[in-house]
Amino acid sequence: MTETERVRANTSRRSSELLANRLRRRVLAMICRAKSSHIGSVFSTIDLLAVLYDKILRVDPSCPQWSDRDRFILSKGHGCAGLYAALAERGFFPQSWLEEFFANGGRLAGHATHWGVPGVEASTGSLGHGLSIASGIALAGKRDKLSYRVFAMLSDGECDEGSTWEAALFAPHHRLDNLVSIIDYNKIQSFGRVDEVLKLDPLAAKWESFGWAVREIDGHDHGQIEQALQTVPLAEGKPTCIIANTVKGKGVSFMEDQVLWHYRCPDTNEQRLAFAELERS
Amino acid sequence: MRGAFFRGLMDLAVRDDRIYLLVGDLGFGVAEPFLQKFPERFLNVGVAEQNMTGLATGIALTGKVVFTYSIANFPILRCLEQVRNDVCYHKANVKIVSIGGGYSYGALGMSHHATEDLAILRTLPQMTVVAPGDPVEAEAATGAVAGHEGPCYLRLGRAGEAVVHRAQVRFQIGKAIRVREGDAGTLISTGAMLRTTVDVADVLRQRGIALRVLSMHTIKPLDTEAVLAAALETRAIVTIEEHSVSGGLGGAVAECLAESGKLVIPFKRLGIPTGFSAPPGTQEYLRELCGLSPAGILQELEPLLERVLAPSFSTPIA
Repeated sequence: MTETERVRANTSRRSSELLANRLRRRVLAMICRAKSSHIGSVFSTIDLLAVLYDKILRVDPSCPQWSDRDRFILSKGHGCAGLYAALAERGFFPQSWLEEFFANGGRLAGHATHWGVPGVEASTGSLGHGLSIASGIALAGKRDKLSYRVFAMLSDGECDEGSTWEAALFAPHHRLDNLVSIIDYNKIQSFGRVDEVLKLDPLAAKWESFGWAVREIDGHDHGQIEQALQTVPLAEGKPTCIIANTVKGKGVSFMEDQVLWHYRCPDTNEQRLAFAELERS
Repeated sequence: MRGAFFRGLMDLAVRDDRIYLLVGDLGFGVAEPFLQKFPERFLNVGVAEQNMTGLATGIALTGKVVFTYSIANFPILRCLEQVRNDVCYHKANVKIVSIGGGYSYGALGMSHHATEDLAILRTLPQMTVVAPGDPVEAEAATGAVAGHEGPCYLRLGRAGEAVVHRAQVRFQIGKAIRVREGDAGTLISTGAMLRTTVDVADVLRQRGIALRVLSMHTIKPLDTEAVLAAALETRAIVTIEEHSVSGGLGGAVAECLAESGKLVIPFKRLGIPTGFSAPPGTQEYLRELCGLSPAGILQELEPLLERVLAPSFSTPIA
């Protein structure tokens, strides 16, 4: 592709798609530098994060504690590289901080941490905590008659946790229609495929039966993501559950749909190939 | 203490609209006045302590002061990771209230014996641990934890505990209350053992042995000044708690004494031996089994006091 062709192609793309591509490249650099992983779990969330931070969340980087801001809680705290990169893109902190990911004495720990990191609403890392915290913030918002919304992103493996379902029972009972649970349904958890470890299907029916308004979307189609998130609450008086069908490792062909990339850090050759793919896409 | 807590909480809630109360489907017969008066600040979350603790964190992060309420180990051990990661790590203004410290619910069996809570909670970063000694302290402690920024654990007895303090007390988190004066030795009590401890001291006083009694209502931060003063000014220290002898009040005082580096003093921890209590029984029965009745405590104290009060005994202060 020539430079002219690239520019022409980019202008026809959504800003969130361009952001998603930048985020994937930043995350790849962070993870390679840190010699860490969870890259597959981050890449499955990137398109969702890009739409959220580009189009949906009412946040103000110059006033991160603004009381009526929307809240985003990454309940799957192991996917924090994407969140940090998105926050840096939105200007919550300098891009240079991303170099401190995993570093001794650095600000950015390997699971989402709010200590000294503007824009991170809650520290997570142990699964099954985020939806309860999000529900508490949503409930307080209702009772304070504030208009903010609370978005929590959960992994599919996290739906094994009983505490997730405690919160899933709570939110509809209290009619928290300012709460959105986004499930990154990439269908692979730590030890293998969700279907083999502990079946979740029919996942939409489970959330519906608990009283949530549910929509299933393609979690990599920016049009679908944006359309779904722009229309929340999907039903008045009900919390919204977006089940985003995603692909673990999305964006780098050899990482896609592989449990290995929950753990593996790309070697030098894989880094080169991955960057090349992301540059082209 | 339960009644005293709710009195204190109602007073607070009238004055401060940030006060929320979350209960884990418990509090029947006592929480209703709060619900009726402050329905917008009350939640029965159901039998779901993990969610209750996460919710409390979320609500607190919006600027509220949130009490979570349940009994025995339910609001702390069932949801210990939520207490650690959510409440403590976020320095959330959450006050965890447990009714039924120690053997308050003795006959209900092992599940309802809160006998390791002080040890576990005091290891958590940011956490303040308070176990008031009688209803007067309990009511004052309720206000004190509400006014104390950050996570607190309030361990209460049940209902009907005898009043020890005949007047209002000056209750300050981290400051022991001197309940009896004396220099023969010091009894340090925490939680609902205060009545028994004072009774034991009064029996000995009638025999001419004046003991200092400290109500150590705050386990963390420990009033180390009061402990070291007791070590300097009296001849022995005995801790008394309705809790495992491992890691609670006795452990905290022992750490303080050992690390002071200067003091060597006869010291004994009275409490529940490590291990589960075998038979069920009332609080009184179970206390007696592990030597926490007045007679049992006297039996432990007598030989110790005989030794330190003997004319030949000299306090080995280095």
